[in-house]
Amino acid sequence: MSVFILITLVVIVFGIIYQIAKASEYAAVLNGEEKVKQQTNKLMASLLVAFFLLGMYGIVKCHTALMQHMIPESASVEGVGFDSMFKTTLIVTGIVFVITQTLLFWFVYKYQSRPGTKAAFISHNNKLELIWTTIPAIVMAGLVVIGLKNWITITSPAPKDAQIVEVVGKQFNWLIRYPGKDGVLGKRDFRKISDENNVLGLDWNDKDNKDDIISQNGELHIIVNKPVKLIIGSRDVIHDVGLPHFRLKMDAVPGIATTIWFTPRYTTAEMKVKTNNPDFVYEISCDQMCGKGHYSMRGTVIVETQAEHDAWLAKQQSYWDVNNAPATPAATDTTAVATTTSTK
Amino acid sequence: MNNEAMLHDATHASHHDHGHEHHEQHFITKYIFSQDHKMIAKQFLITGIIWAVIGALMSVFFRLQLGFPDKSFPIMEKFLGEWAKGGKLNPEFYYALVTMHGTILVFFVLTAGLSGTFSNLLIPLQIGARDMASPFMNMLSYWFFFTASVFMFISLFLETGPASGGWTTYPPLSALKEASMGSGTGMDLWLISMALFVVSSLLGGLNYISTVLNMRTSGMTMTRMPLTIWAFFFTAVLGVLSFPVLLSGFVLLIFDRNFGTSFYLSEIFIGGRALPNVGGSAILYQHLFWFLGHPEVYIIMLPGMGMASEILSNNSRKPIFGYLAMIISLIGITVLAFLVWAHHMFVTGMSPFLGSIFVLLTLLIAVPSAVKVFNWLTTIWKGNLRFTVGMLFALGFVSLFISGGLTGIFLGNSALDIHLHDTYFVVAHFHIVMGVSAFFGMFAGIYHWFPKMFGRFMNNTLGYIHFFITIVGAYLIFWPMHYEGVAGMPRRYYDFSAWQSFNSFQGLNAFISVVTIIVFFAQLLFVVNFFVSIFRGKKVTTQNPWQSPTLEWTTPIHPGHGNWEGPIPTVYRWAYDYKDNGEGGDFIAQNVPLKDGEEAH
Repeated sequence: MSVFILITLVVIVFGIIYQIAKASEYAAVLNGEEKVKQQTNKLMASLLVAFFLLGMYGIVKCHTALMQHMIPESASVEGVGFDSMFKTTLIVTGIVFVITQTLLFWFVYKYQSRPGTKAAFISHNNKLELIWTTIPAIVMAGLVVIGLKNWITITSPAPKDAQIVEVVGKQFNWLIRYPGKDGVLGKRDFRKISDENNVLGLDWNDKDNKDDIISQNGELHIIVNKPVKLIIGSRDVIHDVGLPHFRLKMDAVPGIATTIWFTPRYTTAEMKVKTNNPDFVYEISCDQMCGKGHYSMRGTVIVETQAEHDAWLAKQQSYWDVNNAPATPAATDTTAVATTTSTK
Repeated sequence: MNNEAMLHDATHASHHDHGHEHHEQHFITKYIFSQDHKMIAKQFLITGIIWAVIGALMSVFFRLQLGFPDKSFPIMEKFLGEWAKGGKLNPEFYYALVTMHGTILVFFVLTAGLSGTFSNLLIPLQIGARDMASPFMNMLSYWFFFTASVFMFISLFLETGPASGGWTTYPPLSALKEASMGSGTGMDLWLISMALFVVSSLLGGLNYISTVLNMRTSGMTMTRMPLTIWAFFFTAVLGVLSFPVLLSGFVLLIFDRNFGTSFYLSEIFIGGRALPNVGGSAILYQHLFWFLGHPEVYIIMLPGMGMASEILSNNSRKPIFGYLAMIISLIGITVLAFLVWAHHMFVTGMSPFLGSIFVLLTLLIAVPSAVKVFNWLTTIWKGNLRFTVGMLFALGFVSLFISGGLTGIFLGNSALDIHLHDTYFVVAHFHIVMGVSAFFGMFAGIYHWFPKMFGRFMNNTLGYIHFFITIVGAYLIFWPMHYEGVAGMPRRYYDFSAWQSFNSFQGLNAFISVVTIIVFFAQLLFVVNFFVSIFRGKKVTTQNPWQSPTLEWTTPIHPGHGNWEGPIPTVYRWAYDYKDNGEGGDFIAQNVPLKDGEEAH
């Protein structure tokens, strides 16, 4: 019932507004249409200019109000290139923005129709057109060069000594696998996945898997100033490993392994001091819509010193040990999984 | 039917009408299964407006959630029932709303509602044709769109909800029922609806192309056509070449969903079991989708560009600056539109080398776009500006196109996109440039050609109010979103409160939501103005109320089927002869013969 009342009210309000607006048009006819047209034209020109001036003021206001909420400077070496390139692009586009918008609204004011004014008949100007085709082309070429330079850095192969970590997305959390002592990630097969005792489908026939560590709490432990290569995968739908503080992101696609690598610059502890926030934490966001829990697919990155990392690693149990797996390596088919589960 | 036969037929028909002034067409053939391009245009427009209101209302609902995640709004339960139990939006339905908002606005409003309306209305009127090349196909085009609309509308009422995988519906999320509720029947209906939509688009597009190429009146060479027609022509070319690719992508998705194929699926463990599918590529779908998806952006933009060009020139009382450059830049945009699709996929793990090629091509498209902006600026330069409501929206279009276009330079550069991808920066960018800006082109067109459509004017005062609330609101909503995006705030999140990096924007989100609601009501003001003015608006008393040189204003105030009562006018000059006509007027219509010694432009 209340909905009907509400809708009726809205209809009545709109009806009244329309009638008032219509009355103002009739008033215009009575006052002499030509005169009213001139007045309106003048009013609109002034309003557009007012909009422009207030808008420019608003941009400055908006900037000062929001800068305090921004995330800190890039926490990865590779992201530093992003920050400077972003600034360059911002300056270039900012100049174009101010010039073109100023011209637009300046012309609006200057060339508004007034009694007796006439338009000039100008249809084209080849020289002018050539200039404003060439300049954007050159500017764009410059931006492309800067962009590709950074792009090549980011997408180049990871250094040989990089730490290797696997990040696998699933609805709706991140599974992270460290290669353990041998430094090698063992083979995995999606058919061997079991939510009870083999979340990533590790192939136990592969001895490289025996020392692999899987963390299911979404914590990615990496070492400061040491390149880290993420091997990214997905168990179900497409996810995306978003690392806003490191200025990187990469899709997690089922069936296709993707990679990114970067070098963290500040430990989490250093960042706490830098941001003046004792609770600071690097976050991993899922940046590709993956279903109803997409917004809650949160992981964290713990950047620590080599010593801290070694101490943390020493405390971790390999996934094989955690699951107290059966002695026979062949025990990965479904019946064996069932027995393992029941014995637990 | 060739042009001659068509002309003969139509003149005959109009003679026939002439002979029986009181003979009325049947209601059904006049208003429903009409083959008159003007009526079909109105059908597209009104269907588009209805969809726009639905789509915008959805955005109000999810903005309430985003702005006030800890509050509940019992009013939502009245509209959405179980989906908003206790006035709190269900996450699953939040995603359905976001998906539907995107699908509806991109395809049903800004494709069908925009180019469906104005290509239909203006192509025959401005090139001097009695109707489309095939009026029957034209009618089919609308009715396929209508059927598509019905399927999409039904999907809103399903128990499992409509499709909810985003308007791009990437598999495997959209392919597997286990992945989300919306990937069940809702997705089936979405695919059926979109397949029908593609058919509608193709029927329309082929018609527009053949009409422009074959049915121009005598003297109307291609370079005498108004820029609107050029824009509609290239819009149709883009659609005809890219929509089939989208359809093929959908067909493969239908196969994967229903017939156990593995085009997009590989190595998936979901719902507690491993699926048998191996060897497919989820990325393949994205290539097929964006091969349409990117041209689609220009399918949305070009009509607005064409109409803004026309309206700016008309209300500046000055020819469009650089007519030829405008056509060449349209061609440039059309060609490049097909070569940049993978810039939506920089972070899918595709080859970095391929990525660099797409960076180059993407930033190249900034050149023709810049040329257009400079030409618009110089069109109003030294003009004699008349601020009709249509003109204001055309100016707003230029302002928004600049703002939204410039942020594209960030996103097109892969090294910047790798951070900005799928954040609010993207949301801000595409809403300004192809959302609001395209809408401004559409509004400009509606206010400008409303007198031709209905023989009445829309209310100016309401139009001015509508303009200022909308442009101020649009900037207030989308400008601050860039900051959220630079901070890495991901799009399509239901709630940010658990995220330390993003939750400091909560106050801003609430602000944006409040503005959204105000802007929504301003759009209702437009809708009221539109519908009431059809019946009560001020009557058009002169044949050419905007003093425009183009042919549509040489038709009667209420043109019948066939458009011109006598023979179709012959064209002697280009569409922008805004010069002294020797009798105190400041323009010369296209159908006025050249004076002695006068040279055609």
